[in-house]
Amino acid sequence: MLLSSLVAQASPLSEQQVQQLQGLVSQLNPIQQAWVSGYLAASAQLAGQVAGQVAPAAAQANAGLTILFGSQTGNARHVAEVLAKQAQGKGIVAKVVDMAEYKTSQLKNEQYLVIVTSTYGEGEPPENAIGLYNFLFSKKAPKLNGLKYAVLGLGDTSYEFFCKTAQDFDQRLAELGATPVQARADLDVDYQAQADSWSGEVIAKLEPELKAATAPSAQVIAWPGSDATAGAASQYTKQNPFAAELYTNQKITGRDSTKDVRHIEISLAGSGLSYQPGDALGVYFSNDVALVRELLLLTAIARDTPVQLAGETLTIEQALTDTLELTQSYPAFVEKYAAATGNTALAELAADKAALRAYLSERQIIDIVREHPGLLSAQQLADALRKQQPRLYSIASSQAEVEDEVHLTVGVVRYDAYGQPHLGGASGFLAERLAEGDKVKVFVEQNNNFRLPQNDDTPVIMIGPGTGIAPFRAFLQERDARGASGKNWLFFGNPHFTQDFLYQLELQNYLKRGVLTKLNVAFSRDQAQKVYVQDKLRAHGSELWQWLEDGAHLYICGDANRMAKDVQQALIDIVQQYGGKTAEQAQTYLDELRVAKRYQKDVY
Amino acid sequence: MSQYTIKPELVAPGALSDNERLKADGDHLRGTIASDLKDDITGGFNGDNFMLIRFHGMYQQDDRDIRAERTAQKLEPLHNVMLRARMPGGIITPQQWLAIDKFAADSTLYGSIRLTTRQTFQFHGVLKPNIKPMHQFLHSIGIDSIATAGDVNRNVLCTSNPVESELHQQAYQWAAKISEHLLPKTRAYAEIWLDEEKIETTEVEPILGDTYLPRKFKTAVVIPPHNDIDVHANDLSFVAVAENGQLVGFNVLVGAGLAMTWGDTATYPRMADDLGFIPLEHTLTVAEHVVTVQRDYGNRSNRKNAKTKYTIDRIGLDAFRAEVEARTGVAFAPVRPYQFTSRGDRIGWVEGIDGKQHLTLFIENGRILDFPGKPLKTGLAKIAAIHQGDLRMTANQNLIIAGVPAAQKADIEALARAHGLIDDSHSEQRKNSMACVSFPTCPLAMAEAERYLPELVTKTEALLSKHAIADEHIVLRVTGCPNGCGRAMLAEVGLVGRGPGKYNLYLGGNREGTRIPRLLLDNVGEADILATLDGLIGRWATERNADEGFGDFVIRAGVVKPVVVPKDDFHS
Repeated sequence: MLLSSLVAQASPLSEQQVQQLQGLVSQLNPIQQAWVSGYLAASAQLAGQVAGQVAPAAAQANAGLTILFGSQTGNARHVAEVLAKQAQGKGIVAKVVDMAEYKTSQLKNEQYLVIVTSTYGEGEPPENAIGLYNFLFSKKAPKLNGLKYAVLGLGDTSYEFFCKTAQDFDQRLAELGATPVQARADLDVDYQAQADSWSGEVIAKLEPELKAATAPSAQVIAWPGSDATAGAASQYTKQNPFAAELYTNQKITGRDSTKDVRHIEISLAGSGLSYQPGDALGVYFSNDVALVRELLLLTAIARDTPVQLAGETLTIEQALTDTLELTQSYPAFVEKYAAATGNTALAELAADKAALRAYLSERQIIDIVREHPGLLSAQQLADALRKQQPRLYSIASSQAEVEDEVHLTVGVVRYDAYGQPHLGGASGFLAERLAEGDKVKVFVEQNNNFRLPQNDDTPVIMIGPGTGIAPFRAFLQERDARGASGKNWLFFGNPHFTQDFLYQLELQNYLKRGVLTKLNVAFSRDQAQKVYVQDKLRAHGSELWQWLEDGAHLYICGDANRMAKDVQQALIDIVQQYGGKTAEQAQTYLDELRVAKRYQKDVY
Repeated sequence: MSQYTIKPELVAPGALSDNERLKADGDHLRGTIASDLKDDITGGFNGDNFMLIRFHGMYQQDDRDIRAERTAQKLEPLHNVMLRARMPGGIITPQQWLAIDKFAADSTLYGSIRLTTRQTFQFHGVLKPNIKPMHQFLHSIGIDSIATAGDVNRNVLCTSNPVESELHQQAYQWAAKISEHLLPKTRAYAEIWLDEEKIETTEVEPILGDTYLPRKFKTAVVIPPHNDIDVHANDLSFVAVAENGQLVGFNVLVGAGLAMTWGDTATYPRMADDLGFIPLEHTLTVAEHVVTVQRDYGNRSNRKNAKTKYTIDRIGLDAFRAEVEARTGVAFAPVRPYQFTSRGDRIGWVEGIDGKQHLTLFIENGRILDFPGKPLKTGLAKIAAIHQGDLRMTANQNLIIAGVPAAQKADIEALARAHGLIDDSHSEQRKNSMACVSFPTCPLAMAEAERYLPELVTKTEALLSKHAIADEHIVLRVTGCPNGCGRAMLAEVGLVGRGPGKYNLYLGGNREGTRIPRLLLDNVGEADILATLDGLIGRWATERNADEGFGDFVIRAGVVKPVVVPKDDFHS
């Protein structure tokens, strides 16, 4: 039915509502209309569930397919969504659920479950998977004898604990009595093709049973969720990034800093892309041409030699510059390169996983080739390298303030090693190779697990040393623009006050205007004794505990390996000391905060 | 405020300036400095404290070379403080020198010790966390920085005269006594910086008053015929009068000062007037009451007209003298005859009447740092490590190694030569040239001074050579703004900064420092300045009388008319 022919008598809407609806719809393009229709259908269904009118299934066996994702950077979420679409395309009832949103009490009712998860740090589950992970490994975990499942792991072979979380889930579900319908796959950074085929196989195996179990009319419309970004309205995605103009590339550390941090402003004008504070921006980049040419020189490959990449023909120089990964090294390259060049020393190294990881820790692809120059064909070189993955940067701006711009806080990876200067892939591209006015391919990666409280009165505690300050700049812009009355407390740290106080002038202004209620800073190297944000947290432990008891939301952004752990320990100590709890109770307190979405992390 | 009856007709009319409010609100110079020190979000001081720290001897500054760069970096200016020590007469022990040498290296951004025209040293670039430790460190070696800036009596100068050692010693002791006598009595310095306990008493400032002076106040003790301290740059000067080598009293001079404000013809440099002679015993009371008269009658409404020189021009010298006499009960006797014949330091070795050896080192711009090929700072530290006498900072920004036993002369000279502290290639012109600090640290700077001077001197040397008088010199001074630190307004050739690369050129001061130069070129660049000097030096070389200085020549030749009564004829 055409909307223009919609009249009040023929619908449950009032005359005024019909007019408003027609007015709105007339402004939407077809893609936006399609999105709105799905959105409305889904939210109606959700409203029904909340009211308890429609969803009697809550206490019953779920005959549909549930796809859970545990995701740090959004990759697992993408794979889960694609899998759901494929399933839906086959007429299967399938829903995708963020592990952080998933009610663990529902688990015993599931019949068909797919888990797609990444791993981060030293084999730990991603932030949004912690709750489900802990539940499954606790005494509360139910027997799952009736459950058929499949687990897909996404990871990076350059890390020691490659796909550990996926392995843990797989093993634990089996222990609890569930039956795998498809062998787990552990995929490396260049996962796309294998993920597609794995998904296809899972669906093929489940299709007969699932179709029999569910009525086709109950098909669920994929919907973006209650707090999804409007970014879904844009045609630009990870697969189809937007070529955005670089407005500003400004170094924001002082001239004597040991760090090079850039404030990057990018225009999203005309893209239809939008984002919320907490989201990340995916950035594709071109490798340094000088690096590419050196690599070709060392391997005696002509620049214009054609190679095949995913069915496409391009020159090796193009492939190395725009398609393949050159800055992050990884074990598979060493193996393939050693084989192609017949280098036995490298082949031996590749056989010793621990030694290989140590070898790769500071080496880029070029370092390996410089040390072991060898002859191989252009195609062999291309095949040894993996596809470039876009880098994700926490967005440092709110559209409430910057409108169709997006700002990033980029720490430039820059170091000398093996007698040569080294530059990070994306950070080097943004900082050194991209001129203002040039185009950079970007997409918005939403992060629903890093969100400001809905209630503007709720106090917020933000812990963001180094470039971890980025999302908090976005938070402050947003809270300021909204006129949010809730208190805001920021902890920031870096090596030196005079050189590394990122966004100092802006923060001083927020403090002066009362947008920032408190700002505590730790400059680690300004005194003999190093001082870090966790020390500042402890120094203000009593007040921090009071804020938490007053309902504050707590956020951490930045380095995962050390900072996030030290901060976590400081928080446990504070809760223990000021809340009069045991260490275990303090841990539980923080777990409960996490489950209540009052304790969120964006660490990397 | 005053214990004396104020004559309303002598008080400058108008509402009090904001600086008067902040002094009144400042709780005897405390303000909220102590809590500002704990504010770790800014390297600077907030509100009134920005001004109040000056009374404790510090200026908030920043590296102006990178101010714009840092704003783009979303960083505040590189706030730091400059500290100016209180060193009456400029005497410092070798032990103290070694200590400040180390502090400058360890705890300042620029790593230097800067000798200044106020006969003291400055640390440049002290970051906030180092400020309190700095004061405690200075205290531990017997140095403070009380009242070396702000509306108070500042560091008291005394002629550096190592030759007449006994007379110098007497004069120096008076300089130290005057300095102590006129210090603020508030315990703010001890409480804030030295963590001394707050004592519950009602504080009063019997001399300076609870709102301190209307403006800065400078005092000097001078031993004629040497005018190294430039009496005509001081609010109050005590001119030593000696009989048989013994100090017997002082001629008292008041009302000099060199600062002015661009575009305000009610401001001008001014020479001192004679109040008269006093015997020694009245020295402190006269010093005190010149200060109290200025305290009560100085202009507190318009800071640009607040210095003693304007008070005297407004109320008249006789009224000023009468007030001082009434308050002291001392009648000034007629001035004893005195004459100044020189200003520059005697660079090199001299022998004192006590037989001790004294080495005056020329320090270009007073900047002590290890320069490429000239490790001045290291050299002085090595000298201080073996030196048995004392060190004396001069008002010309040079340093005297004073009281060297004859046996050690060779060792000290060898060290000085090895570290570029004695450099026979320095021309007379270079030794008679001077500049204030200016960029990059001074917040008032309008044009380069210290960083420009060496190059300007080289170009001036070339002009002297061109006209075949390479051994001659002109008292040449460059100052980055019209506030007077470089004393350009007592130079034969004075450049006063207007804007980047632009100066006003003043000519016609004399070598003795008893005449104010006059404006010749307004707001010009180096090319115009050098072209003008080229022509005039050429004329001077050929037309001068015997021993006629450049400044005297340009007056005699009618290039500029002499400034006689600055109030009336400086701007005409």
